[in-house]
Amino acid sequence: MSAAMEIRDVSKSYGAHRVLDRIRLTIHSGQVAVVIGPSGSGKSTLLRTINHLEPADTGYVSVHGEPMGVRVHRDRLKELGESAILRQRSRIGFVFQDFNLFDHLSVLDNIIEAPVVTKGKPKAQAKKHAHELLARVGLADKAGTYPRRLSGGQQQRVAIARALALEPELILFDEPTSALDPELVGEVLTVLKDLAASGTTMIVVTHEIAFAREAADLVVFLDEGRIVEQGPPEAVLDNPGHERIREFLRRVA
Amino acid sequence: MTVLRIDSSLPGVIPLRPSSSPPLDAARLDELAAKPVLRQHHPGRWILAAIALVLLAQFVHALVTNPVFQWPVFGYWFFRPVILHGLLLTLELTGLTAVFGLLGGIVLALMRLSGNPVLRAISWGYIWIFRSIPLIVLLLFLANVTALYNVLSLGIPFGPAFVTFRATDLLSFFVVAVLGLSLNEAAYAAEIVRSGIISVHHGQLEAAAALGLPKARQYRRIILPQAARTIIPSYANQLIGLLKGTSVVYITSLLELFGVVETQASTNSGQIIPLLMVGTVWYIILTSLLSIVQHYVERYFSQGAQRGTAPARRFRGALRNLGVAR
Repeated sequence: MSAAMEIRDVSKSYGAHRVLDRIRLTIHSGQVAVVIGPSGSGKSTLLRTINHLEPADTGYVSVHGEPMGVRVHRDRLKELGESAILRQRSRIGFVFQDFNLFDHLSVLDNIIEAPVVTKGKPKAQAKKHAHELLARVGLADKAGTYPRRLSGGQQQRVAIARALALEPELILFDEPTSALDPELVGEVLTVLKDLAASGTTMIVVTHEIAFAREAADLVVFLDEGRIVEQGPPEAVLDNPGHERIREFLRRVA
Repeated sequence: MTVLRIDSSLPGVIPLRPSSSPPLDAARLDELAAKPVLRQHHPGRWILAAIALVLLAQFVHALVTNPVFQWPVFGYWFFRPVILHGLLLTLELTGLTAVFGLLGGIVLALMRLSGNPVLRAISWGYIWIFRSIPLIVLLLFLANVTALYNVLSLGIPFGPAFVTFRATDLLSFFVVAVLGLSLNEAAYAAEIVRSGIISVHHGQLEAAAALGLPKARQYRRIILPQAARTIIPSYANQLIGLLKGTSVVYITSLLELFGVVETQASTNSGQIIPLLMVGTVWYIILTSLLSIVQHYVERYFSQGAQRGTAPARRFRGALRNLGVAR
């Protein structure tokens, strides 16, 4: 098994507040990592440093061996130029908590925008792929609809199809069900489980412990910017070595 | 499980008082519940509407019958070539300024929002200066620019010049007018465009960045079309102001609609009222046309904004009927 993604000693501070503290994490191809932890523990920031939406202060993230957003410059790591970073980002899918679909574009246009523009995919081919992806997330009949006319769960499924359209090597999910009404959470989790089962490499930040137990290969517990514990779900969720985790699980369950 | 109880003896808690009306018969209410609820009548509205209509009719009657307005004279001037020539000039000034002002405004707004502090400061300074100078003063400055710069040259900054113009040759009064109006317009347009851009949810830019879309594409395809929803009503307002504002160029002896009306009034004594009415009615017509265009452009950019039907399709349908689009 090769490392799909490695996080090496990533630290990040906002002023005096240390959000991420020397994070080290390895995800192998096809693995599903679920990141849990109390709010303010740095989960979202960690996800955003992976695709360089937030630059790390020290350390780096590499995807299939290639450092993201930085290169070696003499004896230091140096940030890449904007266009190089944008090119690298198209290798990583990102699904946001509040979907962030482009409201003025139809569902189909939302999905084909990036493959056509960043990967130079012919429009007809991109459309065909988009229809396949919509069928996969159960929205085959919604291609011509505008996002605002969909329910939250449907919008999030479109957002997942949009991320998949780039055929990414890795997909990051930032609390994908937190903005949804309770009865809509299930339909999004079903899509996530389907992706997990088909061998997609994913990192999911979530509070859905049941999902972690069912779909995760690796559960990472983050608190105050540090990885407190990481391991298979049976270890971290059922038999955690730290009282902080037990206390957290009692509160969210 | 704790049950929250409200103690009505506590200060600030108002206990429920029994209603003063007699208790309602529950069975009777249930029977009435099946029928539609009667709405309240508003006799006051009818009375006020009647008074307003009478006053309005009086006003229109006075306008039409008062000999001061000299309607036959109005009719004589309305389509005179000299008036239409001024009207055309007004349209040209407005059209060119609208385009240059908006382009300048977009550039200034992007500078103002950029990460480069020097560009931010320059944009801020530009907006500050040009919003501070009265348009009429700016136009007089430019019209007298030959007094300030005899020669304008194009070349390396502070270095040798490649092309040299005599300012008097380059700057005809028309160019001066368009330049002055555009410089002024750009400062206002910049703030309108900036307010539009910052009204678009931050997540849109983040999503575009996460998809790896190039920076220019993020703005052109994702941000500006959504910003347009906020920009268009304000910019249409600005354009209507501009349309009428072009009348100040008459001080540079450029005779647009108002300039023509004014000069004709001074040579044809006693006709100032009908001539002003000619100008007013043309301005009303142009403003109405702008409002109609605004309505359709607004509808076009509102696609996806509401949960209702897609207005873009209706707009394209309307264009097709007019033979504008396929």
